Amino acid sequence: MNEKPLIKSRRTFITGLASAGGLLLAGCSRTLPPTYGNVLRMGDVLTYQAHRLLLPARSLAKEYTHSEISSILAIGTTDPADPHQPAFNATNGATYDRLRSGGFSDWRLSIEGRVARPGSYSLADLKRFPARTQITKHTCEEGWSAIAEWTGVPLRTVLEAAGMLPSARFVNFYPFDDAPDGIDMLDALHPQTILAYGMNGHELPVAHGAPVRVRVETQLGYKSLKYLQRIVVADEFDDLGKLGNLQNGWSWYAGI
Amino acid sequence: MGYDSAKLGSRDLRHTGHTRWVRICHWIMAVSTLTLAVSGFVILMAHPRLYWGAVGNDLTPALFELPIGRNYRHGGWDPSMPFFADAHSAVSAVRTYDILNQNSWARSLHFLAAWFLVVTAIVYIISGILTGHARRELVPRARELRPRLFWRDLVGHLRLPMQPTTGGPPYGLLQKCAYFGVVFVALPLAIFTGLTMSPAIAAAYPVLRTVFGETQSARTIHFFAFAVLVVFIVVHVLMVFMTGFRRQFRAMTFGNRYE
Repeated sequence: MNEKPLIKSRRTFITGLASAGGLLLAGCSRTLPPTYGNVLRMGDVLTYQAHRLLLPARSLAKEYTHSEISSILAIGTTDPADPHQPAFNATNGATYDRLRSGGFSDWRLSIEGRVARPGSYSLADLKRFPARTQITKHTCEEGWSAIAEWTGVPLRTVLEAAGMLPSARFVNFYPFDDAPDGIDMLDALHPQTILAYGMNGHELPVAHGAPVRVRVETQLGYKSLKYLQRIVVADEFDDLGKLGNLQNGWSWYAGI
Repeated sequence: MGYDSAKLGSRDLRHTGHTRWVRICHWIMAVSTLTLAVSGFVILMAHPRLYWGAVGNDLTPALFELPIGRNYRHGGWDPSMPFFADAHSAVSAVRTYDILNQNSWARSLHFLAAWFLVVTAIVYIISGILTGHARRELVPRARELRPRLFWRDLVGHLRLPMQPTTGGPPYGLLQKCAYFGVVFVALPLAIFTGLTMSPAIAAAYPVLRTVFGETQSARTIHFFAFAVLVVFIVVHVLMVFMTGFRRQFRAMTFGNRYE
């Protein structure tokens, strides 16, 4: 009946704690958003880690009925070819203008990075995958919300088609405007995370991200990037430099 | 309660002032609640419209609008486009107005302060229940809940100048109701309606939506909980000033040490 204590002395315990802390720190530099020593970013990372630790994975966001579809705002970039919009990129804007005038038939979504078969997909290619239609709520950080129906291919399907490598941890999206962003693999593989080409039964309108936007239903609206051009799968966290949300003072994780 | 140290016996002395855990929790909650109020107000300024239900935006009717900041009824929209053929179709419109939006820091600061408040509130409520502090000092007795006693306490508060009081319990009837309401009703309501607005948390725990309403209902309740807390803070600080600021502040910061 005499149980042997697993941890024999206080010193062992403290040494153990210290080495666990060391492991945690080593992990932090690669798999978490950087804080830049900013206390607000530390809070964001705490919230992100708490969500990942405490919330059950793969919970589905509520889906609504067709009659609940509501009016919805188009904000942020609403035309990537418009030089007056804040995130305008001249090169990409011109390309977008050309692709739009051709009805996006020449548009291709490039899948790169940590995948076995990098390549690009046309709108027709994406539509050949099994589609998912979901009527969900778009919640904006500003405070408003709207319900719309989105049709597209689960991001997971495309990542698996491209042969995502087992070491991959993050998925970064590069749109036609200068506002790239990324999500972690848990959200990327979420069944409701889709590359949407349809909205409310129509082609995705330009103001809402034509030809393809991502829908991340477990995070706020600003993570559902519009006007996708390139998807890069990565092993390590990338703050995406001066164009990324983080260096512009926004939380990278927006599940709250 | 008149303050007269000569009349307090040794047994009463133990019960004057605030215990250490109450003092620590009080100040952490005070600072984080003020931070939440300020950052929450900045967040509200980005979209000063409140709604009921799951949906609410500039293209749908509001319960009410608050004239705070330049986003109030800004009206900067391109003509709206209907999605469907019917007359009441949902529409989309492009915003042409550059709104005031300080949510980058305001939201992160709000959630950082919320972490401090939530953790401290949990410690405070559990300690309050386990030590009997809540039952003894905060929960109004059933026999106290009489209109006549409320009236008497209210009249007592309006008679100037106010009697200086001991820093700490026992509390009067209105005082108990205010503290009980803030600790056990307004704060938990603010916390849970705040969590309900999170897309990740609402997906994980749909029961939050059932209890506290959909996103916009929760946001509106969250706003009223904030309003109640701000009124409480104003009255609370006013009462502290009117009943002897120095002694009250000292009692809540260092405890009572002058007996």
